[in-house]
Amino acid sequence: MPQIIGVPKETAAGEKRVATVPEVVEKLIKLGFAVRLQSGAGDGANCSDDSYRAAGAEVVATAAELWSGSDIVLKVGVPTAEEVGLMREGGTLIGFIWPAQNPELMQQLAAKKATVLAIDSLPRTLSRAQKMDALTSQAGVAGYRAVIEAANAFGRFFNGQITAAGKVPPAKVFIAGAGVAGLAAIGTAANLGAIVRANDTRAEVADQVVSLGGEFVKVDYEEEGSGGGGYAKVMSEGFQQAQREMYAKQAREVDIIITTALIPGKPAPRLITAEMVQSMKPGSVIVDMAAERGGNCELTEAGKAVVKHGVTLIGYTDLNSRLAKQSSTLYATNLFRLAEELCKTKDGVINVNMEDDAIRGLTVIKDGGITWPPPPVKQAAAPRPAAAAAKPAEKKGHGHGGGGGPIPAKALAILFGVGALAFWFIGAYAPAAFLGHFTVFVLACFIGYMVVWNVTPALHTPLMSVTNAISSIICIGALVQVAPPLQDVAGRPGGWILGLAVTGIALTAINMFGGFAVTRRMLEMFRK
Amino acid sequence: MSTSLTTVAYLGAAILFILSLGGLSHPETSRRGNLYGIIGMTIAVLATVSGPQVTQQGYAWIVAAMVVGATIGLYAARTVKMTQMPELVALMHSLVGLAAALVGFATYIDPSASAAYQGAEKVIHDVEIYIGILIGLVTFSGSVIAFGKLSGKIGGKPLLLPARHWMNLAGLLTVIYFGARFIEADSAGAGMTPLIVMSVIALLFGIHMVMAIGGADMPVVVSMLNSYSGWAAAATGFMLSNDLLIVTGALVGSSGAILSYIMCRAMNRNFISVIAGGFGTGGGAAAPAAGGEAQPAGEVVSVSAQETAELLRDAKNVIIVPGYGMAVAQAQHTVQEITRHLREKGVNVRFGIHPVAGRMPGHMNVLLAEAKVPYDIVLEMDELNEDFPDTDVAIVIGANDIVNPAAQDDPASPIAGMPVLEVWKAKTSIVMKRSMASGYAGVDNPLFYKENNRMLFGDAKKMLDEVLGALKT
Repeated sequence: MPQIIGVPKETAAGEKRVATVPEVVEKLIKLGFAVRLQSGAGDGANCSDDSYRAAGAEVVATAAELWSGSDIVLKVGVPTAEEVGLMREGGTLIGFIWPAQNPELMQQLAAKKATVLAIDSLPRTLSRAQKMDALTSQAGVAGYRAVIEAANAFGRFFNGQITAAGKVPPAKVFIAGAGVAGLAAIGTAANLGAIVRANDTRAEVADQVVSLGGEFVKVDYEEEGSGGGGYAKVMSEGFQQAQREMYAKQAREVDIIITTALIPGKPAPRLITAEMVQSMKPGSVIVDMAAERGGNCELTEAGKAVVKHGVTLIGYTDLNSRLAKQSSTLYATNLFRLAEELCKTKDGVINVNMEDDAIRGLTVIKDGGITWPPPPVKQAAAPRPAAAAAKPAEKKGHGHGGGGGPIPAKALAILFGVGALAFWFIGAYAPAAFLGHFTVFVLACFIGYMVVWNVTPALHTPLMSVTNAISSIICIGALVQVAPPLQDVAGRPGGWILGLAVTGIALTAINMFGGFAVTRRMLEMFRK
Repeated sequence: MSTSLTTVAYLGAAILFILSLGGLSHPETSRRGNLYGIIGMTIAVLATVSGPQVTQQGYAWIVAAMVVGATIGLYAARTVKMTQMPELVALMHSLVGLAAALVGFATYIDPSASAAYQGAEKVIHDVEIYIGILIGLVTFSGSVIAFGKLSGKIGGKPLLLPARHWMNLAGLLTVIYFGARFIEADSAGAGMTPLIVMSVIALLFGIHMVMAIGGADMPVVVSMLNSYSGWAAAATGFMLSNDLLIVTGALVGSSGAILSYIMCRAMNRNFISVIAGGFGTGGGAAAPAAGGEAQPAGEVVSVSAQETAELLRDAKNVIIVPGYGMAVAQAQHTVQEITRHLREKGVNVRFGIHPVAGRMPGHMNVLLAEAKVPYDIVLEMDELNEDFPDTDVAIVIGANDIVNPAAQDDPASPIAGMPVLEVWKAKTSIVMKRSMASGYAGVDNPLFYKENNRMLFGDAKKMLDEVLGALKT
């Protein structure tokens, strides 16, 4: 009996996202689940009831019907008390819960004997959990939208242009905090053509900033700001002083500031003071992505765009809903990946495996028992400097055509010694006729060595087939045996020799003609 | 034609052969190089036939044998598929080896050939015959086995007999012992027994040597046998006191030796142990040791052909790394189609060729050339390995060990130190494979578990056709 996944309409004001989209419904059905949807759930994200029906979902009219009839409920926003009240006893809920901030909700859910997977509690450092990381996917969308909002409020082009009427300078954008949202904002702003600068207390993100086309602005103070789990921590007073000076300087120079700085479980750090806002050029824009948590800018008003001191301060807290279709699609995909993990058997029945690190972290309530916070997952994701150090050592001695690297002097000396000994031995004992051939042989080896090192590696196969053809020169040996002038020597087994020689000629002829022909065929193919 | 004229003709042929190999330094000059080789060979054969050592009674035989051989050879050359080149080359090596052995036997039983030799010269002549036949037969049986392995008639798994090194040593000592008896023998009949015993050992040795080598080591084996066939020709040259044979044999021998050396270096193997046929340290012996190692952390993420096409469409720089799997699936033409399509869209597509990709040196280059991929976008590993960080998508088609990051990161890995193509440094790498089975070396590939890596499972040809179809829509 497949379990029923239910998707209610989001209840929070201004929330336009939906927990699944029609494309993902199809995939969920392939996993074996049945999908049920509250009518109108996808309206905000431009997904009509019909499109869900077409994908195979059943559409029900009311929230009550949906909640009571679903084994698993997928949600975006934190559920309200009413919603929990509608929930079926022993059901499963997947969505944003924020267990630390919502202890009462946790109690209500536990009373319902529910199993709750809080997508916000995902252990983010686990690399295989990244496909389920909804915080990341949503932050990325928000970062993008923040730039779009800024561009909308900003009175000029982002990119510099030379027009017939004159030169337009590019906009300067400063992004505070290079987390997922910050990085998305850097990429978007850089793609629009702005000059992008960014800062973060975690020095390790500098490379990422640069890779997206931004410039990393350092705070002139030594302190490492990584707080574990990929988040930042609170910095010392000395650092904050230096940081304030840097921000003040940036505020005077740039046109647009986008702030994304958050510290887990604490109000957002105050980065932009009223004086800094005053110092900005008229027409400048500040997008405060931390507005919901108090704001990085002193003057931001959460949920609103206001103009103060000639600067537009955007404090929207619903950036994701302003890009509802994209946010929903990504969120739905995150949840689908989670469903895959929960239902490895693809039979439409989930199995909350508490042995699995990722699932363990997500599960905040299991069958009515609160399992939050989870035991710490310590997966060392630190870079491995040893691997990097080992690399240059093996780089030596590469490159075709050069005959390899120089042989060490000691080995060379031994080689010469052995060679000299062998030559002396041959010179002392071998007859003169042999020496003549031997000279030819050794010199030919050297010529071969020199010539073959110059062969381009791309032509190694033709080289083999042509050397093959050439080595059928053995033919000559057989030719002289077929009918030598002195064949009437007594006791010569002429028949045997003739047979061997003729066979030899035939074999080498295969090689000779075949080898040259196939080489020719191959070389014809090498074209620019 | 006088003896002197013949000698001069041989000299000309030798020079043409050297020019022929020299021509291969660049695809532009290579076609002329092949022509030099053909001219040289023609001169050499004509000079010999019209020279003083061949009388008129032989012409009919020679022409008949030549016609038979030429027919077979040309037919084979015309019909062989490019993916079968390694087999063809191995088969041809065996012919050279066998011919060298036959010439050796014929020389030995011909009293007129050794009549002129006395004392030390006689000993040297006998040794030359003995060694010539030995190398010829080892080349012959080894190449036949290599052919069988390459064409799939014999399993690719290395056959490791217990105490095989001792067996080889015992074989060598027996060969030396019978060599001494052979030299002592005063008549052709008396020498025949040791010669035949040695022949049998040589054949067995050749079989045993190649049987002990696994499928992916074939590039080394094929080039090594190429080298042996050259030495066989050189030995025949000593036997017949013919400088042209010596020169040609030396050229071919050193060419094969250099190729083997390049292959060994590309696999981080010891040249000496390979040229002697002893794969004691590497190869199959190391594979079981890898079994106990920890599984690489992380998870394999698979993609569909559709998603692959999306990635390719959005990419600016693409590097394709082909391996033996591409040859098996005959996917080179589809690869070319995809390449052309992307290049028309302005995507910079290049190919990265590892020296040991495929089953013989340069195998991939030939396949891509066959599919009409322009050779100036087919680059060697060293030429583009540094470009991976700037690459958006790296596609690995049917290759495994040559893109294994463990070779750089894990000193305990059996393939540690082997130079590899650093595809994991690309923004996204896509590995096309039939299944999750590990590569030839039996080493799990951490690349598959990397975050930026995607797996495209399925037959390479079929999947690439789907990618191409998706790209065109």
